[in-house]
Amino acid sequence: MFLTISTTGTPERPATDLGFLLHKHPGNAQAFSTSHGTAHVLYPEADAERCTAALLLEVDAVALARRGKGKGRGGAPDATLAQYVNDRPYAASSLLAVALSSVFSSAMKGTCTARPELPGQPRPLRIEVPVLPARGGPELVRRLFEPLGWTVTVEPVALDAEFPEWGDSRYVRLVLESSGRTLAEALRHLYVLLPVLDDAKHYWVSSDEVDKLLRAGEGWLPAHPEQKLITSRYLSRRWSLTRQAIERLELVRLAEADDTAVEEIDNAVEEIDNAVEAETETKERPAPLAVQRRDAVIAALGTSGAARVLDLGCGQGQLVQALLKDPRFTEIVGVDVSMRALTIASRRLKLDRMGERQASRVKLFQGSLAYTDNRLKGYDAAVLCEVIEHLDLPRLPALEYAVFGSARPRTVLVTTPNVEYNVRWESLPAGHVRHGDHRFEWTREEFGTWACAVAERYGYDVEFVPVGPDDPEVGPPTQMAVFSMRTVKEATAA
Amino acid sequence: MTETRTGRTLSVTDLSLVVLIGASGSGKSTFARRHFKPTEVISSDFCRGLVSDDENDQSATRDAFDVLHYIAGKRLAAGRRTVVDATSVQSDARRQLVELARQYDVLPTAIVLDVPEEVCAERNAARSDRADMPRRVIQRHTRELRRSLRHLEREGFRKVHILRGVEEIEGASVLTEKRFNDLAHLTGPFDIIGDIHGCASELESLLGKLGYVDGVHPDGRTAVFVGDLVDRGPDSPGVLRRVMSMAGSGNALCVPGNHENKYGRHLKGRRVQHTHGLAETIEQMAGETEEFRTQVREFIDGLVSHYVLDGGRLVVCHAGLPEKYHGRTSGRVRSHALYGDTTGETDEFGLPVRYPWAEEYRGRAAVVYGHTPVPEATWLNNTICLDTGAVFGGKLTALRWPERELVDVPAERVWYEPVKPLRTEAPGGHDGRPLDLADVHGRRVVETRHQGRIAVREENAAAALEVMSRFAVDPRLLPYLPPTMAPTATSHIDGYLEHPAEAFGQYREDGVERVVCEEKHMGSRAVALVCRDAEAARKRFGDGGTSRSSAAESGGGPTGSLYTRTGRPFFDDASVTEEILDRLRTAVGAAGLWDELETDWLLLDAELMPWSLKASGLLRSQYAAVGAASGAVFPGALAALEGAAARGVEVTELLARQRERAADAAAFTESYRRYCWTTDGLAGVRLAPFQILAVQGRSLAGLPHDEQLTLLDRLVEHDGTGLLQTTRRLYVDTGDPESVRAGVDWWLEMTGRGGEGMVVKPVGAVVRSEGGRLVQPGIKCRGREYLRIIYGPEYTRPENLARLRSRFLNHKRSLAVREYALGLEALDRLAEGEPLWRVHEAVFGVLALESEPVDPRL
Repeated sequence: MFLTISTTGTPERPATDLGFLLHKHPGNAQAFSTSHGTAHVLYPEADAERCTAALLLEVDAVALARRGKGKGRGGAPDATLAQYVNDRPYAASSLLAVALSSVFSSAMKGTCTARPELPGQPRPLRIEVPVLPARGGPELVRRLFEPLGWTVTVEPVALDAEFPEWGDSRYVRLVLESSGRTLAEALRHLYVLLPVLDDAKHYWVSSDEVDKLLRAGEGWLPAHPEQKLITSRYLSRRWSLTRQAIERLELVRLAEADDTAVEEIDNAVEEIDNAVEAETETKERPAPLAVQRRDAVIAALGTSGAARVLDLGCGQGQLVQALLKDPRFTEIVGVDVSMRALTIASRRLKLDRMGERQASRVKLFQGSLAYTDNRLKGYDAAVLCEVIEHLDLPRLPALEYAVFGSARPRTVLVTTPNVEYNVRWESLPAGHVRHGDHRFEWTREEFGTWACAVAERYGYDVEFVPVGPDDPEVGPPTQMAVFSMRTVKEATAA
Repeated sequence: MTETRTGRTLSVTDLSLVVLIGASGSGKSTFARRHFKPTEVISSDFCRGLVSDDENDQSATRDAFDVLHYIAGKRLAAGRRTVVDATSVQSDARRQLVELARQYDVLPTAIVLDVPEEVCAERNAARSDRADMPRRVIQRHTRELRRSLRHLEREGFRKVHILRGVEEIEGASVLTEKRFNDLAHLTGPFDIIGDIHGCASELESLLGKLGYVDGVHPDGRTAVFVGDLVDRGPDSPGVLRRVMSMAGSGNALCVPGNHENKYGRHLKGRRVQHTHGLAETIEQMAGETEEFRTQVREFIDGLVSHYVLDGGRLVVCHAGLPEKYHGRTSGRVRSHALYGDTTGETDEFGLPVRYPWAEEYRGRAAVVYGHTPVPEATWLNNTICLDTGAVFGGKLTALRWPERELVDVPAERVWYEPVKPLRTEAPGGHDGRPLDLADVHGRRVVETRHQGRIAVREENAAAALEVMSRFAVDPRLLPYLPPTMAPTATSHIDGYLEHPAEAFGQYREDGVERVVCEEKHMGSRAVALVCRDAEAARKRFGDGGTSRSSAAESGGGPTGSLYTRTGRPFFDDASVTEEILDRLRTAVGAAGLWDELETDWLLLDAELMPWSLKASGLLRSQYAAVGAASGAVFPGALAALEGAAARGVEVTELLARQRERAADAAAFTESYRRYCWTTDGLAGVRLAPFQILAVQGRSLAGLPHDEQLTLLDRLVEHDGTGLLQTTRRLYVDTGDPESVRAGVDWWLEMTGRGGEGMVVKPVGAVVRSEGGRLVQPGIKCRGREYLRIIYGPEYTRPENLARLRSRFLNHKRSLAVREYALGLEALDRLAEGEPLWRVHEAVFGVLALESEPVDPRL
């Protein structure tokens, strides 16, 4: 990975002052050992008019991968780090930021014993980072650097010239230019913002990282319009990732076996540390709708008189949490196929710290509605809140049998998006589903036909309840079917 | 109780608990010694001695009886007759023994030795160890004995023999009788016929089809009816008449079903509900003579709950029977034989839920039964249910024994509307019961034919459950998952991490002489299930993957499946899958393989190309990304170094190294590009099949690879669409250095042109080493350039290779063999027509093992 820092000068203020500022002599190439490889500093040009310092970090990819493979402490925060095929040797990431701070530590602090007046003086600077991973794209790069007084040139890097249809990579070529910043400021900006843009699951951020951020951000971060995003991204991936890595290892291997990214198969839950994304998220799922859905479910459960309730596909446990607050529900069972979702749900409910009496009301376990399951028998009601649309249509009959044929609760509530309403989401492109994992979204008629057929087949009556504003033309955003079992047939031996 | 001139003959069943009852000194031990084997007899005196070193230590009585009961229990569990030699004059002592007999489902038999008190006293006095036994003890014994005599039958003894006086005891003899259910001496051959339920016409058709002429088989075969002859159907009297006449003439055996049992109680005048078709039987029988009804009552009354036949190899009963009940005689056994093991719950149709005893059955005898209607009669753990719902419009099924052939006739119509549909739409409902979470969840052990018990850990099953539930194709269309494959041992040849010399060497060590090197295609592993048509797919694999509406729209439903190594469909769009299957199907037909392999479906192991088709996400996020980053960083870095060099700064070595790194990165980009090309619909998509895994009724996993490849060559030849691609191969003799050299050269040439590498397999396919363990089914040797994609662009640098050579293959090899054995197991279960959950159990195991921690680069 590589970057250059250039300055221009005059005979009075020669460009070669850069050498003093960086504490690195322009006449030599110097090598410094850092924790992830060797950093080289050299000057491709150095005269009074123009001077450029280049920082080249040779990352030992094999060592990085091998270190990443270990378990527990010292292991990688994410399995992808253990990849030998890794962009780390090439792209400017936090490894480069760490190298910057260790190789140019005095310059970053703004000290220069030989020429104490130099660090305080702004000078024309040009910084070029040829390969900068930029999650958020060129737009975010500008939003981060422009408020700091930089003129920003940012060009996307194509993924592969031979396959133009693949589009741009996540890298950009970045050039920052300014004549009003000191070198120390520039280095501190880079030190913080390179990892923020990379936003990568990189290496363990040590616990004193907050102090480091405060120090490097002194004088510019508090007033930065994107302060929240910067802080959140810089610090976010500390503990959540540790846990995530442990919980997902088995799944990661299955993804690898199939040449897919783990994100592709672990999308049952949304990112847990998505404080940043929450703001930029489209309005496809405004919080009120989720709340309205829960309220509608609880109201229908109340009407049914259910006390022992299954939340099938409980996800992160929001509904379980709401049900726990209502004493009418004496036993609440959350079932999900995703172990990660269950772990998050358990954390959300603080199951390990819950009082015994309260804890005895709630159970969470892994299950799958593609199979019948004796543990699900004998409950008053089952809720399938936004679940069926995550199944491929051909596999729906298995779920129908598992719930209505085998588990057979007296009441079953099923909610699913009403696709007709999608035209009302301004931010949702036409023809798009509301969530990447939705295998289908139904009109009211389609849902009605399905629900009536299921009710008929398994001996239930069904009613439909709109959830959210019931638009006269396209209906409500969420549709809910309430199934009630018909009186049980006489049970006698065949 | 028969009396002869020489004395009485006491009949004692061959498996029973015989309790001798008599006062001290009545001669029990002498009697036991005379009539039973010494090992059959357990005496309380002996047990007292065991626990206290003194046969007369009365304080040891409680412990002595614990031992006696324990030994008796062990003997009875093992099916051995046991004689208890203790006074047993107290009802409480007998009660414990009757309970013991019931616990092991054997007949409790009492033999009473009623001897005058004086005789007992005399005998005791003559024995030094009992000489000082007080007279009142014997008096008490005699008193208690007399009081007991009337109650013995009510206490539960099924046979009671009372011998009065010394003379009668002396003259008595014991005759061992077989149990009624033990017909092991009959060897048939048999034709076992499922639940008839008054379908007299279907019964006649089936008997005709089996070769019976008016109830008699010209070859002397015996029909065996599993019960439920009556109720629901149009002509229960007709069925009874036929079965009774065949049974009466020795041409048939019959066990009772729950319906006969209930009708029998009705005939005896008991009050029973006229439900579940009984009303029809009563009405039909009203037209028969009183005499016939009496015959029927006697016939039903005489039926034995189950039969053990053919040397113990075959057990026939109505509702199935676990092994511990075979040949046993108790109310519990009879109840299980008639009704099965009900759990007390009812299902969605109000029908009783039955405990799936057959799923746990591991017994030696085949159990043939009926009772629960199933769509198809299929073997499960050496059990088979023959109730194929004739009265509900299904069919009437018979099993030929010992041939194990199924013969059936369709129902002429739906005679009675079933409460519950014969098959559910859920996966597995087609052939038994739907898949249950307990089949796959938690820590499990899967029994395999080839590798014994294979354990699946809980966390691996949990990960597999997630992928299987959310992404896989319908389990019915997922009869197999391919195992992982171990790479060759690490090479120490300069510049190489993998080299075929090691693979040949490994097989040579394993004693495999002939191997085939198969070109490794640069794509993604794919399994294709291709059926002759939608109907064939539905018939063999059920309504898998068909939602009701989509089946109706397309007018057929899927004709197979095409999925990845974790069971995900290759194409989101089902019509693309269907188009590939259609091309395959056409080629199979043109090559004449349907007829030649006597099948209407094929399961193929293959490689689908290009790699970019499926892995595009990974390609973009990882491989192309690394290519893009390296491609963009080096020009600037090299220019900077060259600039510094021009200024006289000493960077020679650094510059040279960066140039090499840039070249490595470029080579990496070239490597992944070879596996990518643009496709449009199916244009550009290629499929290279390299093994036919299974066809109807057969696993072909053991078919030698040379024969496999010949078949597949014909398939490829007959594909006119350009979809199918042949697999290049070379046969190598591992013991012939010349041949091995040719193999190495072939690999060098192929990988030199950018090929991914090759897989070396024993030509014999499923091969065991001399030690009897499975040898690796294949070893991959990946090309030097290809490995850049795995180990990174710069892996060939000497310092990197040196470190990468320390890689640990043992776990990968073990995993490969375990997954292979599970895959073979799935194919065998599929071939034998086992129910879906059995096949799925093995398939799921493969997926679960795939999540075991093993170096993913291997």
